[in-house]
Amino acid sequence: MPGLQAQHISKRYGKLVALDDVGFEVAPGEIFGIIGPDGAGKTTLFRILTTLILPDAGEATVDGLDMRRDVAEIRSRVGYMPGRFSLYQDLTVEENLSFYAAVFGTTIRENYHLIKDIYQQIEPFRDRRAGALSGGMKQKLALSCALIHKPAVLFLDEPTTGVDAVSRRELWEMLLKLKQAGLCVIVSTPYMDEAAMCDRVALAMRGRFMVQDTPAAIVAAYDRRLLAVRGDRMPALLRDLRTIDGVLTCNAFGDAHHVTVAPGLDTAALSRTLAAMGHADVAIMPASPGIEDCFMLISQSQGDAA
Amino acid sequence: MKVITAEHLTKRFGAFTAVDDISFEVEKGEIFGFLGANGAGKTTAMRILCGLSKPTSGRGTVAGFDVARHPEDVKKSIGYMSQKFALYDDLTVAENIRLYAGIYGVPRKRIPGRTDEILQGLGFENERQTLVKSLPLGWKQKLAFSVAIVHDPHIVFLDEPTGGVDPAARRQFWERIYQAAENGITVFVTTHYMDEAEYCDRVSILVDGRMVALDTPAGLKRTYDAPTMNDVFFHLARGAQRGAD
Repeated sequence: MPGLQAQHISKRYGKLVALDDVGFEVAPGEIFGIIGPDGAGKTTLFRILTTLILPDAGEATVDGLDMRRDVAEIRSRVGYMPGRFSLYQDLTVEENLSFYAAVFGTTIRENYHLIKDIYQQIEPFRDRRAGALSGGMKQKLALSCALIHKPAVLFLDEPTTGVDAVSRRELWEMLLKLKQAGLCVIVSTPYMDEAAMCDRVALAMRGRFMVQDTPAAIVAAYDRRLLAVRGDRMPALLRDLRTIDGVLTCNAFGDAHHVTVAPGLDTAALSRTLAAMGHADVAIMPASPGIEDCFMLISQSQGDAA
Repeated sequence: MKVITAEHLTKRFGAFTAVDDISFEVEKGEIFGFLGANGAGKTTAMRILCGLSKPTSGRGTVAGFDVARHPEDVKKSIGYMSQKFALYDDLTVAENIRLYAGIYGVPRKRIPGRTDEILQGLGFENERQTLVKSLPLGWKQKLAFSVAIVHDPHIVFLDEPTGGVDPAARRQFWERIYQAAENGITVFVTTHYMDEAEYCDRVSILVDGRMVALDTPAGLKRTYDAPTMNDVFFHLARGAQRGAD
């Protein structure tokens, strides 16, 4: 069962705890998402698992190899797409790809089938310098370079940050294909809605995995009563809701406010209270929680406990 | 009162038309969302409206000043914050506020009072002497926003202000935006988070340099018969021919 297993990984930088006892496993053909804001430890974890830095504590095997002992061998079996574009800006598209293939002792031709779907989209620009590519094309080239040596495990550090909604969707379609080809994919993202594209996810904050499970199981474990509330003046509605007895939390959520309330709260009474506060067109409906609701609830409860 | 007007605003770089004949108006106190795929021309248009770049043709006014003819007056009337905010890590919170207040021309006598107001508004009274580099990202973003409006500008331009923070901090940030708008500051904001498009009074969508949609979020969803702004955006932006940064 190669793939990836990590246990009790910890890393400090001086007083800052970058990773605090993180453990997880990913099987081949699985996409594991690490979902969390900046400072969650995502990049540090990736750098450790790709053998670029050592943790202070913890063990990991990557494609069956030991993270501390088999450094060189692991490097030939993982693909890593860092968050910051790190290809050679002065080399052309094709030169970059040839270079990465050569470094890993292979050729573009040998593994072309692996990158075909992605690379074909940028092949018309093969003679363009990488530095002159658009953001979306750079990303496709970086992914091609990360895949050219046929890695067993692929690490993608925030591949969709700062990328528009259309390009994000294209990237996820590519990752689903790689998963079907049997790759073990570990991807980090600050976008909560992308959790749905992963087989399993960890919700991470301040160096800790707060929870890890399938997205469906995380949502199913949400145990608060959640309402969606709309009105004619949304900012004022947000503030007023927070002053009402029985309202526990209130957050803007797109076109409605998501409000957690006490189990016994009477929605008809809530509606009357809001009307008395001068809100018109108030609509109150039960809401289904999403990953972002779960993230806020869990980070709040674990933050309170800490 | 119109705080921003754009009439046939166009910007070409050689044969490339980055901004292609866009016209719109923004009212005082409005939260105006400016959406588009990477390379749609958002940054170029924003640079023109901030007085940093002259349009090739067309006309724009910001706070009543022509952006091409009176860029210095425009710059004094606006605040600007981007995701790569320009706070100085090695200065304290109070020093950053004082520095920007000075740069934005807040009268020297007003600066201590304004500093206190900001610290109090942010709940940062105890962080006055804290170095900015040791603040959590979400706090830095809130501070960067307060600093961008330290001089009570007519308009604040926010370029993807909420990248990278946790969901709770992202929402707290938007509550500050609401507050600024209620105080009469016009907010011009770009974002890749489609739920944030819902928080805008009106949303415009740029595709290949052209403004293909401008309406309230509810109006856009109705027009395109789409359940969410994400669907509206996808419907309009997937036809984009170009993708540049």
